[in-house]
Amino acid sequence: MSVAAFYAWIGVGLCVLGLFGFIMHRHLVRRLLAFNIMGSGSFLLLVGLAQDDRGVDPVPQAMVLTGIVVAVASTALALVVFRRWFRVSGESILPEDV
Amino acid sequence: MNPLPWLVVLPLMTALVIFLLPTRWRAPGSLLAAVFLSLISIYTLVEVIRLGILVHALAGYAAPLGIRLRADGFTAVMAVLTALVTMFCAVQAAAYLRGKPEEEGFWPLLWFMWAALNSIWLSTDLFNLYVGVELLGLTAVGLVALSGNAQSLAAAMRYLLAALLGSLSYLIGVALIYGELGSLALSDLALHGIGLPTVLIALVMMTFGLVLKTALFPLHGWLPPAHGGALTPVSALLSALVIKASLYILMRLWMTLDVAVLPVYLAWILGLMGSGAVLWGGWMALRQNRLKHLVAYSTVAQVGYLFLFFPLVTGTAATAAVLAWDATMLMLISHALAKAGMFLAAGNLVFAIGSPRIADLAGVCRFRPFSLLSFGVAGVSLAGLPPSGGFNAKWLLLQSTLASGQWVWLPVLFIGGLLSAAYVIKVLGHSFIEGPLRDHFRTPPLTQEFSAFILASASLVLGFVSQVPLTWLRIGGPFAGGG
Amino acid sequence: MDGQTLLPVAVVSTSFLAAIGIFLLREHRHRLRGIFNLTAALVKLALVVWMQFGVLAGIPYEFRFPLVQGVHFILRADALGIMFSGLSSVLWLFTTIYAIGYLEDSPNRSRFFGFFSLCVTSTVGIALAGNLFTFFLFYELLTLSTYPLVVHRGTEKALRAGRVYLIYTLCGGAVLLLGVAGLHGLVGDIEFAKATVLPSLAPEYSPLLIVLFMLLIAGLGVKAALLPVHGWLPIAMVAPAPVSALLHAVAVVKAGAFGIVRVVHDVYGVEFAWRLGVLEPLGWLAGATILYGSVRALSQNDLKRRLAFSTVSQVSYVVLGLCLFSPVALAGGLVHLVHQGLMKITLFFCAGNYAETLGVHHVDELDGTGRRMPATSIAFSIGAFGMIGVPPLAGFVTKWYLGIGALEAGAGWVIVVLVASSILNAAYFLPILHRIWFRPQVSPWPEEQFLSHRDTHPWLLLPPLITAGFCIAAAVFAGLTFSPLHWAEVVVTRGGLP
Repeated sequence: MSVAAFYAWIGVGLCVLGLFGFIMHRHLVRRLLAFNIMGSGSFLLLVGLAQDDRGVDPVPQAMVLTGIVVAVASTALALVVFRRWFRVSGESILPEDV
Repeated sequence: MNPLPWLVVLPLMTALVIFLLPTRWRAPGSLLAAVFLSLISIYTLVEVIRLGILVHALAGYAAPLGIRLRADGFTAVMAVLTALVTMFCAVQAAAYLRGKPEEEGFWPLLWFMWAALNSIWLSTDLFNLYVGVELLGLTAVGLVALSGNAQSLAAAMRYLLAALLGSLSYLIGVALIYGELGSLALSDLALHGIGLPTVLIALVMMTFGLVLKTALFPLHGWLPPAHGGALTPVSALLSALVIKASLYILMRLWMTLDVAVLPVYLAWILGLMGSGAVLWGGWMALRQNRLKHLVAYSTVAQVGYLFLFFPLVTGTAATAAVLAWDATMLMLISHALAKAGMFLAAGNLVFAIGSPRIADLAGVCRFRPFSLLSFGVAGVSLAGLPPSGGFNAKWLLLQSTLASGQWVWLPVLFIGGLLSAAYVIKVLGHSFIEGPLRDHFRTPPLTQEFSAFILASASLVLGFVSQVPLTWLRIGGPFAGGG
Repeated sequence: MDGQTLLPVAVVSTSFLAAIGIFLLREHRHRLRGIFNLTAALVKLALVVWMQFGVLAGIPYEFRFPLVQGVHFILRADALGIMFSGLSSVLWLFTTIYAIGYLEDSPNRSRFFGFFSLCVTSTVGIALAGNLFTFFLFYELLTLSTYPLVVHRGTEKALRAGRVYLIYTLCGGAVLLLGVAGLHGLVGDIEFAKATVLPSLAPEYSPLLIVLFMLLIAGLGVKAALLPVHGWLPIAMVAPAPVSALLHAVAVVKAGAFGIVRVVHDVYGVEFAWRLGVLEPLGWLAGATILYGSVRALSQNDLKRRLAFSTVSQVSYVVLGLCLFSPVALAGGLVHLVHQGLMKITLFFCAGNYAETLGVHHVDELDGTGRRMPATSIAFSIGAFGMIGVPPLAGFVTKWYLGIGALEAGAGWVIVVLVASSILNAAYFLPILHRIWFRPQVSPWPEEQFLSHRDTHPWLLLPPLITAGFCIAAAVFAGLTFSPLHWAEVVVTRGGLP
């Protein structure tokens, strides 16, 4: 197994792990963390899969950079909404009634 | 001059400028810019009609590192539709939000949303679509969270989680495709086909992500609280346009891939989920006792109709496929118009009676007939009753169903139409009650009532001019030949 | 665009523009609204009369434009359409006059007259529709525009009636849509003309065509109040009197009956439908409905409900005439479209007069009304005798033609149905007439308003007197050009029956 494929498999593992956490946890910060793990996994996948014997491919690098920016922005927004929610309701989980 | 970059650049610039303006200038500034952007959208459509497909490489960089914009008939019609709906929602919002604390945040977010939508309509590669979808999701969540009460914050949080999961799933699909094919352009996808198992997995991942964002049954749980609880113009924009963006990408994907090699079972799963949405969404809408939640569940139901597209084009006769394409396009447009109109009308009614409950509508027919009329007109189109765009769409869908021999969808169309008529009638029935009357109703500003009416009646007028947008939509599309 | 294309559009749009104008008027502009409404009604009538001459002279009036892939929106005036649109525009005029008087001082008049005009728009649209698709368009629009009229009073009872009405008609509409779409999928756009397309299909399509026929008739039968799906009609009686009058005489039930005529006569063709073997069962169903409606009418104490069951029975005469496969019976059925409208609207106007002037809603309160309201009572008697089929009134002509046609076609059972139904009609109308004319008033009127010493408000009195006059004229002058019977015969001869 090449190094690149190894990265890709690690990425898949992280994704599965993140998805598991995302579904199993109720606490919103934990779910957010799980989401970030999933995100990292998919970036690894993106970079890992695209590398082959031709050398380094710049396109996935650019995409992952963009992806990281997007992920950071999403996390920031999620944190803001979460803090507001926590302040208003005093809860750190979502009501499951709706 | 090529209008394509301006469709994305102008709303982005406006968003930044609006962000710097003091609050009271934001609404008039936005309306002014909205007029410009609407004109550019219309110009794009005119150019597409005149010249066919338009292409533009941003800043002169070629793909894959540069960003390539492309507009065919589908793109141009969606851009114009976005402009039309957003324009009237903005007019409504200008009156609706005046003096409210939410006004400050609404306008910049609206512009980011518009930029995201236009970039999605114009994108030609999977990754740019991802960025557009993510930006769209974040602004939509921000818009839902605007009102800041516990309910809408919870709805926004739920929406955000669904949106993040959806776009991540999509991104993983993108990664797999790039790893396998070494390209992200939609056009290259067509060449490679999906013979490879990895591509199939990628397709499933991407479809799942997009379906989650479109709130297709049974993944619709996040939609009703988010759309039902948001500010009125936000609900209208979300239901009319935002959920259409992910559907648009999905349709692009399916139409780019060679229809003949697509897995039929996947299409059927989508169709069955759509049927479930039509029935379950209609049933739940009927059971709601809050007006805006009823309208939100109606969106869940209407999304279902749009997904019947997939089984009807996959592996069926050409006539059936063309009919399904026409039907879905018409359904998409008329739903966008009618649903935006209906949400705005519902917001006006809620404003007039001062209560979100349907039971409190009694007597509103006598005192606020205009808003109720808009609601009813939109309802006619949504229920697929003639004369309306919704009816013509349903007619075409029926024809496509008959032509493809997929009779299973007939009862869905049949029961779904009756259910949607039932929930519209439920609202109308309550407002016709005359009894021990309350005669204190607040009067919404006229611009608010008119924006609702114009959007709603546009979906009715569409019933008489359906052929026009359908002709435009064929330009440069896979069904260019027509039927 | 010349007169020939624009005239059908103009006929449909006069009432549509009136509706828009009325919606825009403020609630308290009663006089202006009345003038506007009556002008539109007169203009529409004039246009229809103009078109009548043209159609008799053989001028083709047609307007069409493509709506969606493979479907046209077609308005076309043929003899049958002219007959029906003539009926609706005449009765619109008189019902409007009546409604202006009836609704004086009640709320929501703007809404009422607006939807009323919209309802007439759809009726005329149904009459002039040139293909099944356009017919369906207006057919559903009719459902939508009558709902606000049915629930107009806004009471719990009215809303319940509205709900029942919609459940019936929307389900019927959905079934009809299936039939229309199925037929369209089979042969493409189906225009109302001499039916040639379906008869020329290969015989292996026959079972499918029978199924589609059943779907179409089931959908249309809801509005025509055919037997198992007639339930909405008596319940919808809670609507104000002018609405019931129009619903029963032209708009809803007639739209259903008219649709059945179109399907049998212009889509399948009477001969082909006969060959398929679908006409005979339909005829039995119509016969059963005739008897059932009459029997139920016997036991109704509420005057309007009795009239409603009478409608259930009478509308099926139209269907019966269609199913006998005889030109004379067909003419009898077609002419009953008009005759029943004239008679039934008279009866409903009168019932409304009793209710509005004296507060009398039930049959057993009618004692002595003949002395108090002689003119109304005369009109009512004419309508009732017409329904029974006494010469020289409109109903007699119908029954005569149906009877002759039945003999010609060798369907003896129809004679039995006709005789039985006439006896039943007499059995539920004569006691009413007896109470009106021959019994003295026993108790004070439930809710008397002194609208006039002699009878009732002139706006309420005039329409039933005129329509009663039409009931006589339609029979006495049946031989003249432009009589309903003449039109029916034109339809039959142009339709090309054996």
